[in-house]
Amino acid sequence: MAGLKLDGLRKSFGANEILKGVDLTLADGEMLVIVGASGCGKSTLLRLVAGLETPTGGRILIDGRDVTQADPSARDIAMVFQNYALYPHMSVYENMAYGLKIRGLRKAEIRAKVDAASSLLGLDALLDRKPRQLSGGQRQRVAMGRAIVRDPKLFLFDEPLSNLDAKLRVQMRGEIRRLQRRLKVTSLYVTHDQVEAMTLGDRLLVMHQGVPVQLATPTEIFERPADTYVAGFIGSPAMNLLPGLMRRNGTAIAVDDSEFALGPQRYALPDGHPVFLGIRPEHVALAADGMAWPVEVVELLGSEMLVHATRPGGATLTLRTPNAPTGGPAMGETIRVAFPAERIHVFDRDSGRRIEPA
Amino acid sequence: MERRTLFPGKLLPALLILPQLVLTLVFFLWPAVQAIKSSLEREDAFGISTEFVGLENFADLFGDPLYVAAIGRTAFFCVCVTLLSMGVALVLAVLADTEIRGRAFYRTMLIWPYAVAPAMAAVLWVLMFHPQIGLVGAWLNRIGIDWDYKLDGTQAMALVILAAAWKQISYNFIFFLAGLQAIPKTILEAARIDGARGFRRFRTIMLPLLMPTVYFLLVVDLVYAAFDTFATVYAVNAGGPGQSTQTLVLKVYLDGIVNANVGSSSAQSVVLMVGVIVLCALQFRFLGRKTVT
Amino acid sequence: MRRSALHLIPHAVLILAILLFALPIWIAIAGSTQDSAAIARGEVSLVPNFDGLGVYRDVLLDGSAGAGPVWRALLVSAGMALAIAFGKIALSLPSAYAVTFFRFPFRMTAFWLIFLTLMLPVEVRLIPTFQVMSSLDLINSFTGLTIPLIASATATLLFRQTFLAIPDELVEAARMDGAGPLRFLRDIVIPVSGANIAALFVILFVYGWNQYLWPLLVATDPKLDTVVIGIVKMIGVDTATEWNKVMATAVLALIPPVAVVLLMQRWFLKGLTEGDK
Repeated sequence: MAGLKLDGLRKSFGANEILKGVDLTLADGEMLVIVGASGCGKSTLLRLVAGLETPTGGRILIDGRDVTQADPSARDIAMVFQNYALYPHMSVYENMAYGLKIRGLRKAEIRAKVDAASSLLGLDALLDRKPRQLSGGQRQRVAMGRAIVRDPKLFLFDEPLSNLDAKLRVQMRGEIRRLQRRLKVTSLYVTHDQVEAMTLGDRLLVMHQGVPVQLATPTEIFERPADTYVAGFIGSPAMNLLPGLMRRNGTAIAVDDSEFALGPQRYALPDGHPVFLGIRPEHVALAADGMAWPVEVVELLGSEMLVHATRPGGATLTLRTPNAPTGGPAMGETIRVAFPAERIHVFDRDSGRRIEPA
Repeated sequence: MERRTLFPGKLLPALLILPQLVLTLVFFLWPAVQAIKSSLEREDAFGISTEFVGLENFADLFGDPLYVAAIGRTAFFCVCVTLLSMGVALVLAVLADTEIRGRAFYRTMLIWPYAVAPAMAAVLWVLMFHPQIGLVGAWLNRIGIDWDYKLDGTQAMALVILAAAWKQISYNFIFFLAGLQAIPKTILEAARIDGARGFRRFRTIMLPLLMPTVYFLLVVDLVYAAFDTFATVYAVNAGGPGQSTQTLVLKVYLDGIVNANVGSSSAQSVVLMVGVIVLCALQFRFLGRKTVT
Repeated sequence: MRRSALHLIPHAVLILAILLFALPIWIAIAGSTQDSAAIARGEVSLVPNFDGLGVYRDVLLDGSAGAGPVWRALLVSAGMALAIAFGKIALSLPSAYAVTFFRFPFRMTAFWLIFLTLMLPVEVRLIPTFQVMSSLDLINSFTGLTIPLIASATATLLFRQTFLAIPDELVEAARMDGAGPLRFLRDIVIPVSGANIAALFVILFVYGWNQYLWPLLVATDPKLDTVVIGIVKMIGVDTATEWNKVMATAVLALIPPVAVVLLMQRWFLKGLTEGDK
């Protein structure tokens, strides 16, 4: 039985179409991370699944049950909000017990469940405190405790780590991952941070302007991005996309007056077909007889450096290279680069879509 | 709470604060002191000399059944006006806060009554409830209910309570609405997901978070009912029939100005002063230093 | 659960409430245009009679039994309301500025003395204040009407709260630019407090316009009657009351304060709810 199934989900606000049709099936116990820039519709999607908004079209099924018209309280879900949404006038214990009280559980049962959740999250010492007496990380854990205690069919996370400082974020990321794995609850997690997405998700859904662009495992998305948007979004610094033309019957790409071989692969594209050559900064190699690029800026990052080069025509290239003890490329120098054939990605210039070799 | 960045100088600020300070001393503190002084004195029959009589005026006051009755009456009046106006305002604010269409229109239409003077509230309700000319008043008499607030004390009390509460609903509504809108939406959504709906959500989440507003309005309304309603009660029937609507503030006026009993009136003023100070002190304790700092 | 009739209930209740407030006013508007004798018999109708609009001219020029021409009363009310509004703002702003932006001896004492005025509404210091006015020979004067109502602390507290919130960087930048305290007050503090001043204006104007007890006491000359006092006098003259004129005067008396509240609604709401807390 699928943990969550979305069937042609659409949402418009007046004339503004935010979600243009989303189909999705989550396996039971799977953690799916929805990632995209602001405005792509990911939060709207989450709120539809939560029942805080009603869809304009399509269906939502949680654990096989059609909940499209159901009230949030009837969906058996729990949500962790970006700003935690803890009840300020209740203690930590009361915050976690609230939903259970409403469901009519007996005091002893509530006590047992809250204690179990609080020891899982390390909140035992804080049960009597009010939210305003807690730090950001502690509040975050209480918000999660409140969700866990309900033992729901589905967890929803709405950018829960955005309000934490960088160090805390890394720590909490790990905790969320461990918790979800242990409890095996189907989870939907929304974030704009691609690092969070890559580390937390069993699968990722990249969204762009209301449309799902790629649904795949993190590795797949990193190694084979479905289009130029995903290619530019995942991976930091972003993948280089150089405009070029197909050559040699689909076995090479010409960028300006340099040519790059595509290896043993052959692409079913005619010569002269406009494409983007995609190459990640960490895969750009320095080669004595390669394409010339004048260096504009060099950023030293400790163990490695980022080199930004710009050609007279305006095209830019970023490359990442370990910090050489003798010092690497300097500003004003011209470097020569080569792209290993097996690292080159080919995208159709008009549609932006990835092209696989024939 | 104080500012960290300041300007130097001592003369300038003293000059800036002087006008208000002078007016405060002359028209607030000096009269207050005078009231206390007068309350401890009594004029002789000819109004020529005054003698110090200590707390006698107060003893007389609390020994006077009319005064004690007035205290009870005023308390009853204040509680009724406060409960009625807060209750109605809360219901309206909760409804106006929901996602219904035309919210802005409803809000505007419920805010303008703030501008109505207490005296005007009385005039308007008299126009409605006058036994002969009032739409409602005349109708009541026609269907057989003996309605004449000029003769019946209970009816008079009902009328002034209604008029006074009616006028204050708007003020309470404004504050309740602001208080409700200050509750973060996500907290209400979390409650919804936790399973709380409708009245339960109101009782366990919204009301507790509204308590500062409730305490604040409680004090404001009680002070309003005790003092600002002078015009309302006076305009309806000057405290009549007899003494049935004579609240404490009316008594201060009637005894002091109309009956020229300065000693008694001053003592009454002092009693009222103490009452206000106690109320304000209570508000201070509940809301903490938020009222001042 | 979605589209039941239940979701019409909020609308019904709110509309009922609006009618509850509008009804007395409507009765006054409609009744003002009708025949006084008919009203006295209890036959006031909810439909205004457009031929009767002349009553407004009559009441403005000649008043009614028990009260003088309404135009004069409106003028007195307007004068009083504006004087109190402007006076209180002009008085409280410098005081709040002094208390917030400076340190001087007895600063807190002065502040608490001013704060004390909150607990002394005019009804509580009625007779002695009257005696003070009398000794200053201000009875029956316009000054006597307004001054005792100007000095109380509500505006000072509101301004103080706003001033406390002005960012430190603003003050430091201004001082580096060479601005002294008075220039800072004029060029920065007052503009920044614009919304508060507007809100206070509405609150004080309404407060001043609606005063009853104090003007009743201080002004024995009928020429100094405010319109609110005038109306109460009119309904006091029971047998000879010309009800249509009373209603017309009521309508006239309500227009200015209601207009001020409605026109300046946004600032008013902001100032009221952020200031008193």
